[in-house]
This record gives sequence, structure tokens and C-alpha cells, in this order.
Amino acid sequence: MSDSFVTRVEGPAPEMEVSRDIVRRGLIFTPLYLAVCGVIWGLNGVWSAGYAIAIVLLNFMLAALTISLTVRISLALMMGAVLFGYLGRLGLIFLAVILVKDAGWVSLVALGITLIVTHLGLLFWEMRHVAASLAFPGLKPGSANIESVKPLDSI
Amino acid sequence: MEALARLAAETVDTVAKTAADEKNIAAAASAGFAYGLAAIGPGIGIGYLVGQAVSAMARQPEAAGMVRTTMFLGIAFTEALALIGFVVFILLKFA
Repeated sequence: MSDSFVTRVEGPAPEMEVSRDIVRRGLIFTPLYLAVCGVIWGLNGVWSAGYAIAIVLLNFMLAALTISLTVRISLALMMGAVLFGYLGRLGLIFLAVILVKDAGWVSLVALGITLIVTHLGLLFWEMRHVAASLAFPGLKPGSANIESVKPLDSI
Repeated sequence: MEALARLAAETVDTVAKTAADEKNIAAAASAGFAYGLAAIGPGIGIGYLVGQAVSAMARQPEAAGMVRTTMFLGIAFTEALALIGFVVFILLKFA
């Protein structure tokens, strides 16, 4: 049997750490972004942008949760879960938008632009705070939410 | 003569309605193709990315944390392409 079918990875989940940090930064940036959307698209833009930000943040958390839960079972399961999870999450985003597309408070342009801007903006912002090294697999030391590095006396 | 004129007017009306319907159908089909094609590329990309990450983790389990972080960010960046396709779809279809 191939290694990837039986190998599993224990220990802290750096992707959850990164994802929580993305959500934290998203919540920090949300009021400013909503204000900008309010100026451009009015109240409908604010509601739509808030909805889109919630979709993006939930999507990040769901992706990280999928990886961290399945990697403890086996790498092959993680691979399957990530691939089908990609389809599933796209379906969920599709459903979330289709359900509200005719609602009175939705501005589809604001919703669509916010989906892309928030997703890419948060990722590029997070890239500045990720170490991805052997010593610090998740965030750089000094970042909030860091949990993969434990003090020596706690070991 | 009057009946003929009425028939001609009805025919023109029907043709116009059919043309509008065809335009709507073409727009819906294009939007669907845009979304479907936009999802294929990231799907292949994520498959390749995760396959390589799994291979790396199986070979060097001590580097698994680092690989997982890079993989997570790679998946998120690749998914942005699908999101762009989705946004184009909703703007073409509903806006």
C-alpha cells in the first residue's frame, strides 16, 4: 500500500491558525470596506458587501477545517476531501448567491466585486504574515493567534 | 387585405419574440459555459497542487506543517480563479 494511504499527520493545524488570522483581519477590514461600499452603492451595497464578506470568511474557515479534520485520518482522504470540498464549496457559494439574488437588498455588482476583492485582498494581506518554515509552519512569530509554537516549559 | 396585414403583423411579432428568446437562451448558455470553463482550470490546478503536497508530506512528514500551510494558501489562490468565473456568471446572467 502506498504511503499516502496510511500516513497521517498529527499535531497542531497551521492552516486553522492561518485561517483564523484571515478571519480576524477580515473583521478588522470590514467596517472600512462597508463604508466605501455605502458611498458607492448605497445601503443595498452595504448589505450585499457584508453578505459577500461573510461568504468569503466562512469559505476560508470551511476549507481549513476540511484539511485539518481529514489530515488526521489519512493523506489520501485529505486529497479527496479537498477536491470534492472545492466542488462542494463552489456549490455552496452558488446556492448562497442564488438564494438572495432577487431580494430587494441585494446589489449583484457589489456582491460580486466584494467576493473577488475580499478573497484576494485578504490572501495577499495574509501572505505578509505567514512564515511557512520548519520552525514556524503557520504564522510568523509575533503574529496574533499563533499556537504552533509552544513555550519550552509547557512541553 | 386587412386580414393579411394582421397576419403579417402577428408574424413579425412572433419572429421578434423568438429572436429575443434566442438571445436570452444564448446569454444563459454563454454564462453557463463561462462558469463551467472557469471551474475546470482551478479544479485541475488544485488536483495537481494537493497531489504534490500529499507526495511531499508522505516523503517528509516532519515538513508536513509547512507543506500544509503552503497548500492551503495555494488552494485559496487557485480558488480565486473559480470565484472570478462565478462572478462573471452572475453578472452576465442576472445583473
